[in-house]
Amino acid sequence: MGGMETDIKFIDENGLRIDGRKPDQLRPIKIEAGVLNNADGSAYVEMGKNKVLAAVYGPRECHPRHLQNPAKAIIQCKYNMMSFSVGDRKRPGPDRRSVEISKIIAEALDNVVFTENFPRASIDVYIEILQANAGTRCAGLTAAAVALADAGIPMKDLVPAIAVGKVADTVVLDLDKEEDNFGQADVPMAIVPRTGEIVLLQMDGHLTTEEFDQAMEIGMKACMEVYEIQKDALKRRYAVDAAIEEE
Amino acid sequence: MGREVMAEIKKNHINKMLAQGKRMDGRGLEEFRPLSIEINYIGTAEGSARVKLGKTDIIVGIKMSVGTPFADTPDKGVLTTNVELIPMAAHFFESGPPGADAIEIARVVDHGIRESQMVDLKALCISPGEAVWINFMDIYVVDFDGNLFDACNIGVNAALRSTIVPAAKHGKGEDFPMPVTCSPVSCTAVLIDGNIAFDPTLEEEMVANARLTVTTDESGDIRAMQKGLHGSFSSEQIKYIIDTSLALSKDVRDIIG
Repeated sequence: MGGMETDIKFIDENGLRIDGRKPDQLRPIKIEAGVLNNADGSAYVEMGKNKVLAAVYGPRECHPRHLQNPAKAIIQCKYNMMSFSVGDRKRPGPDRRSVEISKIIAEALDNVVFTENFPRASIDVYIEILQANAGTRCAGLTAAAVALADAGIPMKDLVPAIAVGKVADTVVLDLDKEEDNFGQADVPMAIVPRTGEIVLLQMDGHLTTEEFDQAMEIGMKACMEVYEIQKDALKRRYAVDAAIEEE
Repeated sequence: MGREVMAEIKKNHINKMLAQGKRMDGRGLEEFRPLSIEINYIGTAEGSARVKLGKTDIIVGIKMSVGTPFADTPDKGVLTTNVELIPMAAHFFESGPPGADAIEIARVVDHGIRESQMVDLKALCISPGEAVWINFMDIYVVDFDGNLFDACNIGVNAALRSTIVPAAKHGKGEDFPMPVTCSPVSCTAVLIDGNIAFDPTLEEEMVANARLTVTTDESGDIRAMQKGLHGSFSSEQIKYIIDTSLALSKDVRDIIG
């Protein structure tokens, strides 16, 4: 957590945040499915000022081969921030943060993909952060789930993700960069909407147990909102295909 | 970048069509694919562009910081060009540090920019020998369908033109636009079974014997060239490619603006 000292007033007298949002309000989200040609499935997500591309290749032969599982496919994820996506240029290539995020995103997706249908195969998920403004792992996972569905990979559900945090002693949804810099806590989470399972959960900062309960509650609700936007993106993608077929 | 196999029958078909002056996508041999450029695509970058050349899709972002100059050029800013062929863009791209293909593209793009003195590097000097602007141009390929040399060249041209040097942020006076003096545009052609085609697609690159990239400026002079692949050109073929590149680069320059 940033946790820096500041004079910025994060919640005004009307209970609104710097960008005018209510504490439990999402930033505007835009999702498009099928945005790349070569990838088997792809998605683009804009969440506030975040811009994220996700691409899926597979199921395909697993490299490196020693990772093959004779019982099911493995999901390999690479989350990467483009060098110009942040304030100071980030050196290209993986760092400890991106390796960890890649790991937990792959593990979250493993819950919904019918990996047992594709023994020994690999399903490769690539997430690129084009422009970052806090909450990129959630935007990345949200995009990756849509890209998997776009690739036609059998799944029991999509996976929407969102972060809840705390600023100015208030639990708020979907922190932006400014709030994140001075935030007191950050709780990224992802769920399987049909079952209510939680498949990604992290927390750092400082929360009372009551605040955590509140965070979970508004986070779950927000995930359902993201879920609707994910489904809508896939429906629009198929609607276009149907229109072409009719011609 | 042809780690792919192509059916012999398809290869023969491409050759046969080229011999008749035709291409798989209906273009003429001297014709570029549709080109679209969106500048200021990345808000966190000082300059940026998303370029689509046919189905090839790249994102260029420029980040600037203050640093020390090289000892042999104490009064000049520093330019670095980097190309990332990320696995998102094609099933045969692998993650990891840039390989030979990516480095070749970055260096050819860099030569065009550097040798034409497109960026006035002296205007990027803050204090000789001590502080200059360091300019990182990172190019990410997100969808690959051939001719990255030209797509990346166009992307860097457009991104540099949109760049605002963030002087205020670094306490170095007021922000100012990147000092750009000209536009070096590259045109790439491939030789396939004796026929020459410009702006090759991935399929065409896969069957090509030789490749030539020619970077020219608006006064019609050559600023950089690169011959690639295992085959060879005759001197007549090279002259033809240079002349055609000069004509084609004018159209590209009009789109860059």
